[in-house]
Amino acid sequence: MSYLKIDRVVKTFTNGAKVTEVLADIRLTIEKGEFVSIIGHSGCGKSTLLNLIGGLTQVTTGAIKLEGREVNAPGPDRAIVFQNHSLLPWLSVYDNVKLGVQKVFGSTKTKAERHDWIMRNLDLVQMTHAADKRPGEISGGMRQRVGIARALAMEPKILLLDEPFGALDALTRAHLQDAVMDIHARLGNTMIMITHDIDEAVLLADRVVMMTNGPAATIGEVLTVPLPRPRDRIALASHPDYVRAREGVLRFLYERHKFVEAAE
Amino acid sequence: MAVTALMIKEKPVATAPAKVMALPTPARPQRQWGRLARTFLSQNVVPPAIVLAALIGIWQVAAGGAGSGLPTPLMVWDQSYELIVSPFFVYGTQDIGLGWRVLTSLERVAYGFGLASVVGVLIGALIGQSVWMMRGLDPIFQVLRTVPPLAWLPISLAAFMDSGPSAIFVIFITAIWPIIINTAAGVRAIPQDYRNVAAVLRLNQIEFFFKIMIPSAAPYIFSGLRIGVGLSWLAIVAAEMLTGGVGIGFFIWDAWNSSRLTDIIVALVYIGITGFVLDRFVGWFGRVISRGTAA
Repeated sequence: MSYLKIDRVVKTFTNGAKVTEVLADIRLTIEKGEFVSIIGHSGCGKSTLLNLIGGLTQVTTGAIKLEGREVNAPGPDRAIVFQNHSLLPWLSVYDNVKLGVQKVFGSTKTKAERHDWIMRNLDLVQMTHAADKRPGEISGGMRQRVGIARALAMEPKILLLDEPFGALDALTRAHLQDAVMDIHARLGNTMIMITHDIDEAVLLADRVVMMTNGPAATIGEVLTVPLPRPRDRIALASHPDYVRAREGVLRFLYERHKFVEAAE
Repeated sequence: MAVTALMIKEKPVATAPAKVMALPTPARPQRQWGRLARTFLSQNVVPPAIVLAALIGIWQVAAGGAGSGLPTPLMVWDQSYELIVSPFFVYGTQDIGLGWRVLTSLERVAYGFGLASVVGVLIGALIGQSVWMMRGLDPIFQVLRTVPPLAWLPISLAAFMDSGPSAIFVIFITAIWPIIINTAAGVRAIPQDYRNVAAVLRLNQIEFFFKIMIPSAAPYIFSGLRIGVGLSWLAIVAAEMLTGGVGIGFFIWDAWNSSRLTDIIVALVYIGITGFVLDRFVGWFGRVISRGTAA
């Protein structure tokens, strides 16, 4: 039995009498511990797909099953790292992480255990030094690290990353990509990441899911990235498998499913 | 130039560990405080003092003519000397200093405004959260909020049959509208991101209210509270004139009935200063509470 099964999912939005089909017949199975990136042009519905898995919106038809159980509401077993970090600005870094920990482990861990758990997760993203700072006092990359720590601290079955590094500069982005790869290697989480960056998609993922353009977007192709881990971005830059995978995604996005602005 | 640069490059790098040298902390300028105090005086104290003196002078001249109906500043000082210099005397149950009267009025405001804050924030949160509630309640509130405070007084007297609770009810009904409307606006302005976070964490309604809604809407709520406290203070004086008792409003009415015009003028100053302090206090409190919500 597959870990996460997305089965013939269709999502339509109704605005008055106008019905727009955003996602059509999405089928995908993801194994435990797998890292999957979803790539596509903007407006193709990839964030909608992530919100469906996260339970923030509901499928119109079809089903999403995690370990055989249907998910149709948000929950801490599918933690989301949002694009704009979404930390609560009136809480310290520590308290932001604590909010989730309190909710998930409030009855199963003692206060001291919860404290250790919060600090362990902050340590995982190297943010223990800023535990008492507020989100407004740290840089964008640091905020995103805290966002990842908050999601990880809920010990989710699946970590959903919604263009997590989209708003960061290239250097910070590379650092955080390494941090995520490191976490994936250490914890073996199942991760699904939305991105529009081809290098990021190929570098991090075991499989790259490529989506066709909307409306009624669907999965056009799934590319397996046969590169061993741990992956090193410098060594990979000229690796034939990496170059081939990158080229495959490029061809899909720019030859076969060229983004047409007027289609909006 | 080029040659020297090359020579420097070839020199071996010094390997001795760098010594940490403590730099002497620069001596704090001695006149810092004096200068600060002087700027403060010249910018915030001197201009209003001059204008105030000028206004009092004009008043003295304007009201000083024969047959003038209003007292001059000097007459106020002469006849109401005791009220001005000792706010907290007690000579009898009805003969007490203006400080006590202001405190009595403030107590009523505290009850009425406190109640309005709690109820207003709750109703505002409800309206902000539910589109249906907003559609239903908002038009009614928009009409009710334009009703002048004193228009509520006869109704509340009939309902409570006592002047004390009636005055408090008038404060309540006056202060609550801006609190409701601002809270609702603040709740509607909560970013979708925070709602998503709450959904993923599966916060229940109460947790969402205290952990997300109140902090996120705090700047809006406090601007509503600030308007509300000003309106309460406006309403209490008028309400007390009609209901009687010990408050500052009744004092003015009483002074008018016994033709003590100078006492009324002193009371006006008390009321103005108290209202100003209330407004600043709520504003300051709001800034302290909602610090850090924007970022």
